[in-house]
Amino acid sequence: MSEPADPPETGERRTEPTGLLLRAIGGLRQLVPAIVAMVLVLRDEGPWLLAAVPLAFVLLGASVFVAWLQWHRLTYRVGTEDIRVESGVLSRAARSVPYERIQDVSLEQGPLARVFGLVEVRFETGAGGKDELKLAYLKAAEGERLREVVRERRDDAAAAAGETEAHAAEPAAEVLFAMAPRRLVTFGLFEFSLAVVAVAAGAVQQFDFLLPFDPWDFDEWQERLAGPGAWLSGLGRTAQIVGGIIAAGSLLLVGFATGLVRTFLRDWGFTLERTAKGFRRRRGLLTRTDVVMPAHRVQALVFGTGILRRRFGWHGLKFVSLAQDAGASSHDVAPFARWHELDPIARAAGFAMPTEDLDWHRAGARYRIDSALLAGLIAGGIALAVLVALSATGAASPLLALIPLAIALPLAAWQWFLWRFERHTLDDAQVYARHGWLATRTDVASRIKLHSAEIAQGPIARRRGYATLHLGLAGGKLAIEGIPLTRARELRTAILRSITAQDFSRIN
Amino acid sequence: MDESDALTPLHPNHVKAMRVATLLAAVPFVIGALVLEVAGLLPTGVFIVPVLLAAVLIVIRAPMRRYMARGYVMGEDRLRVVRGLWFRSDTVVPFGRVQHIDVHQGPIERAYGLATLTLHTAGSHNASVSLPGLADADARAMRETIRAQIRRDTM
Repeated sequence: MSEPADPPETGERRTEPTGLLLRAIGGLRQLVPAIVAMVLVLRDEGPWLLAAVPLAFVLLGASVFVAWLQWHRLTYRVGTEDIRVESGVLSRAARSVPYERIQDVSLEQGPLARVFGLVEVRFETGAGGKDELKLAYLKAAEGERLREVVRERRDDAAAAAGETEAHAAEPAAEVLFAMAPRRLVTFGLFEFSLAVVAVAAGAVQQFDFLLPFDPWDFDEWQERLAGPGAWLSGLGRTAQIVGGIIAAGSLLLVGFATGLVRTFLRDWGFTLERTAKGFRRRRGLLTRTDVVMPAHRVQALVFGTGILRRRFGWHGLKFVSLAQDAGASSHDVAPFARWHELDPIARAAGFAMPTEDLDWHRAGARYRIDSALLAGLIAGGIALAVLVALSATGAASPLLALIPLAIALPLAAWQWFLWRFERHTLDDAQVYARHGWLATRTDVASRIKLHSAEIAQGPIARRRGYATLHLGLAGGKLAIEGIPLTRARELRTAILRSITAQDFSRIN
Repeated sequence: MDESDALTPLHPNHVKAMRVATLLAAVPFVIGALVLEVAGLLPTGVFIVPVLLAAVLIVIRAPMRRYMARGYVMGEDRLRVVRGLWFRSDTVVPFGRVQHIDVHQGPIERAYGLATLTLHTAGSHNASVSLPGLADADARAMRETIRAQIRRDTM
């Protein structure tokens, strides 16, 4: 075992005091709606408002004191084998995370934190979400230092365990993938989203009491239009059509603008680097994130695309690992790239790309036929129910029952396309599974990094002799649906042979 | 281990334990039916007869069928667990991928000397695979065997 570069420190440290200010500002931002609501409620009750002011100050002072106490009582210690964090004012909690169990360390900087030069340090262990160890806020340099310490200590532990091949990697960081602003613009256009319209509508509904008129009252709208809008209705059909086109156009514009803004905020300066020990990804316009993940922690690759972007040859790549990436379960390593650009990334993670010349297999025809029939049956049932209901009540023409029947046809056709496009295969090292038709997703998992294999069959599947193979993948899901039972058993036997040949604690 | 390996059946007491559990679950429904019966909303027997029939079916027949559908194979380096009456599931967990092992006894299981063995893996699917209805001693012995198989040198 090689000696650590710097002697292990035992001193207890606290997070940066300026972080308190940052949190206070963050807290105030949350308080604004509450204050606005309070003022609105109290504005008719003059004198009471005055009484509330000192009370508010007392509460504010108390919460500041509690926050300070919490800050004062939270200490962390970087030891030889683990990071320890002790926290809590009344009930104390001491947490220790061993270096070998830390999947990666990510640094996150919100816009305010950047002004103060602070970072939020997250230690990803695979515990998930709230259970993860988080230190907010540290000086940016301290965050970097912690990350280095974790990396060095973990490597020492790995070296002690006999894993020396990790040291063979090249020392210099090499950029695997980066997105220039031009690429971001293209990406943003494909990220078209009308979510902002929904949000606006929701906000209008939520805060309609603040508006000077009732937005849901149709008569009132007509009255309003009757004044200045009267000339509009007088302009006739052409003007109305032009108005409709303008409305649709502005909706499109809003959609594209939302996509662009969101993409720029999230992926500005996207850089993925291959470092000595793994991958490092930096991105973000206002909130910068800096995530490091060791290459051997990558459990599987997910190649994704979209209905439209596929037509233009754009693909995305994600890494599946136990660690989480800002709430999402997989790490985006190349959200918008050409197929050939993904190849070096996959190879750096120790995976091979899925190619056409693999021995691909389709799901059983019976499975697709049954699924199509089932869709037809359900649609038929709905149609029958609609028919009965409409004939009995006479609310609308019973012919409307044809709509669910008409939907059954594309559903059945969809199964046919799925039969053509969904496929799976197995090679010496990897399992491949492709899902979907218009927007295909290809999962590529390393055979030795799987944890269990289950053959599941429903009542229909049992009679018709097909099954679904579920493979236990850390941090993700991998299933091959509707394959003949014999094929499922073959696959499972082969995969289990690879799994049992390799002990998991040696590869992870 | 092959697919052809005969499944080891669970302990016969497992049927009794399941019957007691389903009986306890059925009691509230029977009471509910009795109350409705006493209230006399509909002709005599409309509530109580079907409920009683269903209760007899799920207490007497279903546990037996479920028991027959379950089984396991303890291999050299893997455990295979088969279960499910309608929705069959046939899971294999290699010992090398087991993160930790639980042996759990509920009150009914304890009365019948049974235990549930649960293997936890790191996979998101099948994060825990449980095998109920083992004799307590068997479950503990299996735990020891599996634990010995998990190489501990790097853990």
